[in-house]
Amino acid sequence: MKTDVVIIGAGAVGCAIARELSRYQLDVTVVDKNEDIGGDASKSNSAIIHTGYDASPGTLESQLVVAANPMYDQISRDLDVPFKRIGAILPAITDEQYEKLPEIRHKAFLNRVYDVQYLTREELLEIEPELNPEVKGGLYIPRESIIDPFILVQAYAENACENGVHFLLNTRVTDIRTEDGAVKEVVTTGGTIETRYVINAAALYCDEIAAMVGKADYKVVARRGQFFILDKNTSCKVRQIVLPIPTKITKGKLMCPTIHGNMLVGPTAEDLDNKTDKSVTREGLDSITADVKRLIPNVNVRDSITQYSGLRPNRNPEGLHVDTWDDLKGFINLSGVRSTGLTLSAAMGVYVANLMRDLGEPMIFREDYKKTRKGIVRFHELSREEQDTLVRENPAYGRVICRCETITEGEILDAIHRPLGARSMDAVKRRVRAGMGRCQAGFCGPKVIEILARELGIPVEQVTKNNSGSYMVAGMTR
Amino acid sequence: MYEISCDVVIIGGGPAGLSAAVAAKKEGAEKVLIIERDEKLGGILQQCIHPGFGLTYFKKEMTGPEYAGAFKEEALALGAEALTDSMVLEVVPEESAVYCVNRKYGMTKVTGRSIVLAMGCRERTRAGIQIPGTRPAGIYTAGAAQRLVNRQNAVVGKKIVILGSGDIGMIMARRMTLEGAEVLCVVELMDFLAGLTRNRVQCLDDFGIPLKLSHTVTRIVGNERVEGVYIAAVDAKKQPIPETEEFVPCDTLLLSVGLIPENELTRKAEIHVDPVTNGPEVNQFMQTTAPNVFACGNVVHVNDLVDNVTVESLNAGRSAARYAMGTLPAAVRGVPCVPGANVRYLCPHKVVVTAEEETVRLFFRVLKPALKVKLVVKSGGKVLSEKKEQRVNPGEMCHVDVKTGSVSGNDITVEVTGEEV
Amino acid sequence: MEKEIICTVCPMGCRITVTGEGDRIDQISGYTCKRGEVYGRQEFAHPVRILTSTVKLEGADQPLLPVRSEKPVPKELLFTCMDILKKTVVKAPVKRYDVIVKNIAGCGVDIVASDTVEA
Repeated sequence: MKTDVVIIGAGAVGCAIARELSRYQLDVTVVDKNEDIGGDASKSNSAIIHTGYDASPGTLESQLVVAANPMYDQISRDLDVPFKRIGAILPAITDEQYEKLPEIRHKAFLNRVYDVQYLTREELLEIEPELNPEVKGGLYIPRESIIDPFILVQAYAENACENGVHFLLNTRVTDIRTEDGAVKEVVTTGGTIETRYVINAAALYCDEIAAMVGKADYKVVARRGQFFILDKNTSCKVRQIVLPIPTKITKGKLMCPTIHGNMLVGPTAEDLDNKTDKSVTREGLDSITADVKRLIPNVNVRDSITQYSGLRPNRNPEGLHVDTWDDLKGFINLSGVRSTGLTLSAAMGVYVANLMRDLGEPMIFREDYKKTRKGIVRFHELSREEQDTLVRENPAYGRVICRCETITEGEILDAIHRPLGARSMDAVKRRVRAGMGRCQAGFCGPKVIEILARELGIPVEQVTKNNSGSYMVAGMTR
Repeated sequence: MYEISCDVVIIGGGPAGLSAAVAAKKEGAEKVLIIERDEKLGGILQQCIHPGFGLTYFKKEMTGPEYAGAFKEEALALGAEALTDSMVLEVVPEESAVYCVNRKYGMTKVTGRSIVLAMGCRERTRAGIQIPGTRPAGIYTAGAAQRLVNRQNAVVGKKIVILGSGDIGMIMARRMTLEGAEVLCVVELMDFLAGLTRNRVQCLDDFGIPLKLSHTVTRIVGNERVEGVYIAAVDAKKQPIPETEEFVPCDTLLLSVGLIPENELTRKAEIHVDPVTNGPEVNQFMQTTAPNVFACGNVVHVNDLVDNVTVESLNAGRSAARYAMGTLPAAVRGVPCVPGANVRYLCPHKVVVTAEEETVRLFFRVLKPALKVKLVVKSGGKVLSEKKEQRVNPGEMCHVDVKTGSVSGNDITVEVTGEEV
Repeated sequence: MEKEIICTVCPMGCRITVTGEGDRIDQISGYTCKRGEVYGRQEFAHPVRILTSTVKLEGADQPLLPVRSEKPVPKELLFTCMDILKKTVVKAPVKRYDVIVKNIAGCGVDIVASDTVEA
């Protein structure tokens, strides 16, 4: 197999880069060990598009986050991605926290985020009635936003795919070969790919990829973040992203609405000695409740419909890097992409494209580049008349499969059959939300298993939850 | 939009909806329409292939499909109609209408002079009880696993741990064992069995499946698929005792940890939902706070015997038909039903005293098991009746009957006194 | 032999103790009603269970047909009966109570359909 660019990793950053590069006359191939696009941290985060107000000023991370935030209005329109600028508040509950506010605002200026405002106690309680009444005052960050992180990555990938990018899933990179100081080929479990560029967007595993070319002067340590998702009907809801005053280690535990109307509470920040433990723990969940109650006293985690955890790919030593080397032409190494990875993905794509131009690649636009993509219709958002019309055109939309979220068979079929379609339960879930409701796939799960087996033409024992080994049922009875 | 107009529209074609349809037709309602999301009528009974149904109502030991079949045939023979493979999306009492969608007609507006809610319930999930650990494949609620094995011809796993000694959990222990799986144990948080004793005997003891009372699952292990669970004993406060934690290798965890009435439509319709039962607040006519909306079955409160669901649903269907025909008696005054000692809730929640004297059956559940009990019904502090029972359990529905004519005070209370078990 | 049996006739769940051998019952105590005594004797000498399961169904919209033993079968034959049912295939249409397996495992009990299914 021969290509111009191999991107290792189909998470938010990998797919954003793929989309950006697909504007140019380049043959691009994305490789990922998972059975679906979506990466790891990209599918288990707080779904927030940050402004960069609290980044480390002067760093590449700061530059990329601040540049990316404004891009999402256009991206969400072009790529049909649910996105909303709901704003964030940073309430100071104690005097000590209140005294930190000027320094935080100043840091925002240094990061070139100029629209951070002071709000008085009264103003805060007016826009956020569930706030701890002991609040002394705080900051308002209007452009902090929420997004559907799964659809964002799917949209990048589908758009890239439509513009000619190849995706090799279930494919693990085992080696990278070089020749005369330049990348030559990428060896994978699915064959060897001859290439001129290798872009390492493997996040959690980027150190292992870098080691293949002797450039791993850092390590990746997984920092786990646990989350609660609360029922849409929960008694205590917030209207903005409610942020705690950050510490050195973490942005802290927040509470915010999700784009689909749930509440999200978390995350923790626990350094692990492995890259795979995505457990939720009693201690972790309790620490979230304890911390968030200081901001939102009535938060009710008993209304939680699910708890999950994500692994932030932290770099040691810290810092977001996009490195290239003269003695290793064609290798572009991304490391230290972590909490802000989802946010900066859009900017990173453009950054890497420009980097390639700087490295001497003639980046020639494609005439036939298709800028937009239409996502899977969201039946439950349509009016009754629109729903009626849709069903008459295609009866598959007339059968509701996920009762909790009102997701139809038509949407599930689209999810399976469109390019880079779903081939597992989780892949269906991330595309159309079937299984994300309060019954957590109790009702739709058995039906989705049947639909996947039928549409993919596989025996029911081969339907998986996600990667190989996650079989849903052990076999047939008769 | 396709429009259908009828006298009584029933949401749900399970045992509650079917019984309501039978009663509505018998009472004289002309057009009775059941809206059912499955392709066949019968509801959850379709997958309840085990016996234990009809013991009181038909005086026969029947399986779920037999019980559903009897009511399905009667309802259809009486002239009730059904719209299957149709999901109700909205109930609008002010329009006396229900909006549903199906492949054939698209968005459909069904207006009825009265509406009966019979949507049943859903199962509490792993996340609902916040079990720590990973999220691999192989974690199922018992009902979902039951649907898979009895209707979709698929066994969920080979080495199974079951959390919860409710009836569904025990019945699945037997079912999976008969299908060749190994059920390692049933784990129960409380120090008493949650379900019926007969199920303990016929589902666990018969197959040598250990029952671990006062235990819980503390962690799930496995990345892609369940590899095992940690089980620990719990103390008096139901907290796990760490030293007792042991690892049980398995590939499946089944959860039978409670049922929750499915009242999303009810809430959206702004019908009052009682916080204890999690179902609509109803009077003895099974009428909700929206006068043209009635409710019956597990959507009102979780039942253990379908026979009781039938009694309640025949009542609801009859009342809904009377409402549709304008013959439901007007209320003279409403009297709340207040749970007394050792009573968790009473259903109906309210009794309306009308010009007609009638006998109202109050269903209730106790908080704690008790022996040699007295069930005392009072109104305004005055004793109306006393009934003796040998034994009561939280897992088994109890009832007392009250004559509305005798209700003298401003409330009705039921209290249960007896010996602790 | 002494056996302790939990009676399942009513929610009381009386613990009945039976002493005897095979069909011969020497002593029985712990029951509090006649139905309980009958149950205790039967359960000791010849425990029986209603068997319910599914069989493969062809020619219908569903893959399985729920079936039941018309009467309880001897408890020790449950798995033998299951082996027979696992190999049984039925063609739709089927009516409720149609005989699916006559005199299963020679114990005198028929297995019948629990439901009616159209072709």
